[in-house]
Amino acid sequence: MNSITKLSKDSLTEPMIIMESVDKYYGAFHALKNVNLMVKQGEKLVICGPSGSGKSTLIRCINYLEDFASGKIVVDGIALTKGASIDAIRCEVGMVFQQFNLFPHMTVLQNCMLAPMKVRKMTSGQAEKVARSYLERVRISDQMHKYPAQLSGGQQQRVAIARALCMDPKVMLFDEPTSALDPEMVKEVLDTMISLANDGRTMICVTHEMGFARAVADRVIFMANGEIIEEAPPETFFTAPKNERTRTFLGQILGH
Amino acid sequence: MVQTLGFNQILILLEAFRWTLALAAIAFVCGAVGGLGIALIRTSVFGVLRRAAATFIIVFQGTPLLMQLFVIYYGLPLLNVTVNAWIAVAIGLTLHASAYLGEIWRSTIMAMPKGQEEAAKALGLKYWDRTVYIVLPQALRMALPSTVGFLVQLIKGTSLAAIIGFTELTRAGQIVSNATYQPLIVFSLVGALYFALCWPLSHFSFNLEKRFANAR
Repeated sequence: MNSITKLSKDSLTEPMIIMESVDKYYGAFHALKNVNLMVKQGEKLVICGPSGSGKSTLIRCINYLEDFASGKIVVDGIALTKGASIDAIRCEVGMVFQQFNLFPHMTVLQNCMLAPMKVRKMTSGQAEKVARSYLERVRISDQMHKYPAQLSGGQQQRVAIARALCMDPKVMLFDEPTSALDPEMVKEVLDTMISLANDGRTMICVTHEMGFARAVADRVIFMANGEIIEEAPPETFFTAPKNERTRTFLGQILGH
Repeated sequence: MVQTLGFNQILILLEAFRWTLALAAIAFVCGAVGGLGIALIRTSVFGVLRRAAATFIIVFQGTPLLMQLFVIYYGLPLLNVTVNAWIAVAIGLTLHASAYLGEIWRSTIMAMPKGQEEAAKALGLKYWDRTVYIVLPQALRMALPSTVGFLVQLIKGTSLAAIIGFTELTRAGQIVSNATYQPLIVFSLVGALYFALCWPLSHFSFNLEKRFANAR
């Protein structure tokens, strides 16, 4: 109920992310070619495509972990330029990485409390309350005094999701969150992400988990060679892809 | 008049040993501060500063410690700065330690997995928070064995202060040896005192290295 009212109110406001003719090079390699993308507030976007197609690069540009050569990126009304705006945007954009990237010298709880205290200037009491509630949310609060190395991959990734959520970001970016996991742990992470999708938070997820895309995505984007080749709602995307390369790709990942 | 080697002479050595300890401690603490600065500059985004720090390291790693002490002891008075042997040696050893510790810590900071810094950036943490809470705790821990190893080098390096006339353990050994004509026994005692300090540290460093290797 709450998420519905939020969505309808938000749809009147500015889009959450705007990318306009973004180009990005790694040396001579043209990693992103004239990328244009608009993501509405509360929208769930899945990006897929072959490896090296620029999917990760695209979402890493959104919180400026990668810079870009030309074009414009606006997040939550703030244009991404070098300098102060980057920090402001990073507070509102949470990111979950393929390799989890938890801080190994801190407990699960400390991992979750650090940024809220240092960036949001919460007291340790407030930060702990927030951390506990999100760790509860990803069903791992019983492990919160352990160190990351004592947890399984799936548990670590759920902690990483909780850590990002503790900043209460408006956007969550997921960069192949299940690709480094053993198969039996993929489901627990996907289930967590599916439950988040109901929060009304904008989500962009680079993944090959097509079941997740069908269940959650408002729109699926297919990338190849640094370009957005096709975008469509999941039903259309999976049943009637227009582009030949999309069909080949879907044939490869769904055809077994 | 030839003295016999007795309790008083040993007391002289032990008193001088305190200066060795003090010198090593001051050089290590000040060198750690300097080294931290060097390491952070070397891993910073400021090209000019980075090159200046690199030059500093090259100079201090590429010349003998004794020569560095000479240059400071005899060179500073030319600039109308009078320094006694104690200050000169403390400055020399501090600069020496800064260069080496800076290089040791730079290497472990740079050996940190890239994802750590990226995760910290993505959470909105600023440079100082990332450095203090994420980078340094991990990098310094990784550097602990080689840092303790360098401390052993530094303790032994303080013996060079004897040559510019500062009375630490080695210089006291020379004095006692000259007075007693018992150089072999005296310098064996001097060596034993250094060993009693350095060997446990070396052993500690070795154990740390083993523990970290197993933890991986």
